[in-house]
Amino acid sequence: MDLVETKPSGSQAATLPRPFLNWFAEKGWQPRAHQLELLARAQAGENMLLIAPTGAGKTLAGFLPSLTDLVACGKIPPGSAFTGIHTLYISPLKALTVDIERNLMKPVNEMGLAVTVENRTGDTPQAKRQRQKLNPPDILLTTPEQVALLLANKEAARFFKDLKYVVLDELHSLVTSKRGHLLSLGLARLRKHAPNMQTIGLSATVADPMDLQRWLVPQGETPAPPAGLVHVTGGAAPDISILGTDTRIPWSGHVSTYAIPEVYEEIRRHKTTLIFVNTRFQAELLFQTLWTINEDNLPIALHHGSLDASQRRKVEAAMADNKLRAVVATSTLDMGIDWGDIDLVVHVGAPKGASRLAQRIGRANHRMDEPSKAILVPANRFEVMECQAALDANYLGAQDTPPVGEGALDVLAQHVLGMACAEPFDPVALYDEITSASPYATLSWEMFERIVDFVATGGYALRSYERYAKIRKMEDGRWRVSNPQIAQQYRMNLGTIVEAAELNVRLVKRNAKGTIGRGGMTLGKVEEYFLEQLVQGDTFLFAGKVLRFEGIRENECLVSNAFSLDPKIPAYAGGKFPLTTYLADQVRAMLAEPERRTALPDQVRDWLSIQLERSMLPRQDELLIETFPRGKRFFMIAYCFEGRLAHQTLGMLLTRRLERAGARPLGFVATDYSLAIWGLNDMGAMIADGSLSLSDLFDEDMLGDDLEAWLDESYMLKRTFRNCAVISGLIERRHPGKEKTGRQVTVSTDLIYDVLRSHEPDHVLLEATRRDAATGLLDIGRLGDMLGRIKGHITHRNLDRVSPLAVPIMLEIGKESVPGEAHDAVLQEAADELIAEAMAP
Amino acid sequence: MHRLGLAARTVLTNGLAAGTEEILVHGVAAVCDPLGGLYLPETGMLVVSDLHLEKGAAFARRGMMLPPYDTIATLNILAAVIARYDPKVVVSLGDNFHDRRGSEHLPTDLRKMITDMARGRDWIWINGNHDPDGTTDLPGLSSDELVYGGLVFRHEPSLISAKGEIAGHLHPAATVRRREKSVRRPCFASDGHRLLMPAFGVLAGGLDLRHKAMQGLFRKETLVAHLLGRDRIYSVRYGSLMG
Repeated sequence: MDLVETKPSGSQAATLPRPFLNWFAEKGWQPRAHQLELLARAQAGENMLLIAPTGAGKTLAGFLPSLTDLVACGKIPPGSAFTGIHTLYISPLKALTVDIERNLMKPVNEMGLAVTVENRTGDTPQAKRQRQKLNPPDILLTTPEQVALLLANKEAARFFKDLKYVVLDELHSLVTSKRGHLLSLGLARLRKHAPNMQTIGLSATVADPMDLQRWLVPQGETPAPPAGLVHVTGGAAPDISILGTDTRIPWSGHVSTYAIPEVYEEIRRHKTTLIFVNTRFQAELLFQTLWTINEDNLPIALHHGSLDASQRRKVEAAMADNKLRAVVATSTLDMGIDWGDIDLVVHVGAPKGASRLAQRIGRANHRMDEPSKAILVPANRFEVMECQAALDANYLGAQDTPPVGEGALDVLAQHVLGMACAEPFDPVALYDEITSASPYATLSWEMFERIVDFVATGGYALRSYERYAKIRKMEDGRWRVSNPQIAQQYRMNLGTIVEAAELNVRLVKRNAKGTIGRGGMTLGKVEEYFLEQLVQGDTFLFAGKVLRFEGIRENECLVSNAFSLDPKIPAYAGGKFPLTTYLADQVRAMLAEPERRTALPDQVRDWLSIQLERSMLPRQDELLIETFPRGKRFFMIAYCFEGRLAHQTLGMLLTRRLERAGARPLGFVATDYSLAIWGLNDMGAMIADGSLSLSDLFDEDMLGDDLEAWLDESYMLKRTFRNCAVISGLIERRHPGKEKTGRQVTVSTDLIYDVLRSHEPDHVLLEATRRDAATGLLDIGRLGDMLGRIKGHITHRNLDRVSPLAVPIMLEIGKESVPGEAHDAVLQEAADELIAEAMAP
Repeated sequence: MHRLGLAARTVLTNGLAAGTEEILVHGVAAVCDPLGGLYLPETGMLVVSDLHLEKGAAFARRGMMLPPYDTIATLNILAAVIARYDPKVVVSLGDNFHDRRGSEHLPTDLRKMITDMARGRDWIWINGNHDPDGTTDLPGLSSDELVYGGLVFRHEPSLISAKGEIAGHLHPAATVRRREKSVRRPCFASDGHRLLMPAFGVLAGGLDLRHKAMQGLFRKETLVAHLLGRDRIYSVRYGSLMG
């Protein structure tokens, strides 16, 4: 065992009760130092954070304080007064609670402890949930949504009054999302019910542990001391390499098909290989291509979030039984579930973040004392650099997890309604409670009042809904819920995950006449917006098959077997992670410093040295802009390295400005690394003669009016608005199976958005939407940082032809279309066609 | 939504608003206006359908606080289209209010807007499935059906007699696609025998013309969708639409 431990602070020595000592002895194990330290400090009353790699015995460490305390208290004598739960364990995944129940019951049973452990998720039957309320277990394993539901219940105070410990698993992944915001509010309420309750956070390595240490304790005017930290580093260093290949590494693209024979060879050489990719599309394509060369008929399976749940469960079961040789998977398999004996992780495409890579590599050899083995397969030349940077990072232990961030307003609205459902609330007390949650520590009283008003009547300047208010102020100043239906509605709409509108994909048969049969199996779900791009006869890859789109019938997408190998490509925008700031920084450093490039393959180094001859390589803090003519067009390439989302936003804004400057831009395309804009006028010449100023073009003021004007029309903002509308409770969630079929009876959030924007642009929900957009789909925050950084550091190279560094993005042009807004030009063209046909009804 | 910002724009040339499309329904001339109204010059009648007034309030009654501005927004557009044609008769083709309580709870200022618009002309409320009981305290007559000037006006399209029928209810919308971009807009739909009106209300939404609820209503060979564009009507043959 090769563990580096932080030294136990002070002389606190944990005492393990007899059954525990015997159990460790029987197993021939020693309690690990970090387990004992955590136990001692928790027993001394500290809130704790344990950071440790997988396989370090994190789960047992997290539960030891609770188990030893339960043993010390002894069994509750029959006939005693109601006792609430003792320990709450919260994990982001339902599957994880089931997994943990199994792993926890084993030592509990072997030690013969009189401790009851149960889980409670959305799948738990109603009768069991009822029983849990009347007769709670000692330890309840559950999810953030269930915690919110329990807290909104009238019995919450009774249920949680005896709570001693809250164990939060995979905390690093929970805290950065809206689920984490909801959970932080829940934690604040739990502290009201059980003021002496302690938190224990379990986390993988993160960039800034202090964020989590603060998250675990009350903030506000007099913040509690941050949670104590036990940090286990080390373990066996993973054995990571970049796939060596004799084949030419492609200039662009995301799919790594060039390397598939080598990947297949690796599968043959190992027992079980887990192949991670970044998008569902990559998963589909890789899976299909692997099978075309699978001469040994190795059992290779596919696992991603769009597949039917029953299909996924089958793959998971087969994997746990070691029946598979390889699984191609997306992030659905990221988290800490134990999957059989994986001895190799292959990562296809760049990992996009060093922490994500470490997490995924942790899947191999789920034991800390053996090194994990991983191979990275870059899909193109920029990704070679990115993989190299991630590899350096993993050795250096650098981390790039996103920051915790400010609490979302839509989540706050949901929580306020939930608290009114539990019992009438005093606004001042609730405000104090909410600002004790770290994501909401800076929430202003004024914003809190606006949210309460929003929950009550929608928060509109035109106050016409007073008589329909959902919550009402009573004479004593407290707010109560208006009627029991509101509480019912709250329960139905709780949660922060808003699924994109999805349709079932059903495989049907086409007969000889071309008519489509009914029935057939369900393959999974696809997002509605993807189907909107398809016309009958288009083919696409899904569930490992090439399918022909036949049409939409009610809420199902009908497909047939295509018997073709050349599918039209599904562009699941959802699965693409943008490059993290940290890795972007490293790639820029690699371009700037020759010594950082020595580890790169010859092909890539040659490419960069030709670039140096023809144009230049930018310094780390410099923004390189190249302009050149090609065909009948003039191109401008900006090498920003800020990730696709920020580049897309930049592209939208720059084309507006170039339009105004008379450059007549036609379009743009964005990758993780750069942005290409093309137009009819020579932008290089315009910069040279001073009619176009790059420092004006890239000035930070583009985030003002230009952004506002563009946002007005942006479909991305409408999507963000829809999520906020659902989470905040403005509109009801779509419940699968409960939608009325046929005629549309719901209301479109796009229409609500339009009406609200034109009549009350400062409404709190529009404010929430803009805040979300800044960090979410538009990545405006990151763009703003970049514009600040490059001020005065823009270097322009006017070239007579395309540069080597520009080739990758030039190859993307035409492959990826710019997500655009609806334009009347399209209508005009369709109408012109018709006029040509000389319509005559 | 262009109509929200453009309602005030009125350009009359040769007695017809610019950007309109004149068609024949069962031999009767009809002008499709991009704001969503149908004007019949021979009888001086303006037809609008599916206003769904007070939809926000109807949802608020059920705990969903939609913006309370939909009625005023819809009425502003209606006022603009009335100003454009100065019709002798206005026919609102059903689902005038989103629910039965809508017209009774209509705020006073909005009620006055309708009264002002109805002054000096006839106003006919056709009953719809959302508001089958007629209207409360509003000018005009209520009816389930109207036969006038060679045409028949009803809320739901009938399955038997298509000839000369102007109906609403289905909220037709259509999608066209060119060069990877698709545009979906509410539309008038007519095969020359029957015409379906687009929904006029700003929160009313649309249903695709290819949806099965529309099946059997039209002769596909002569069916044309007249899409509401920014400031003109775009007419697209059914076969050129996207499914």
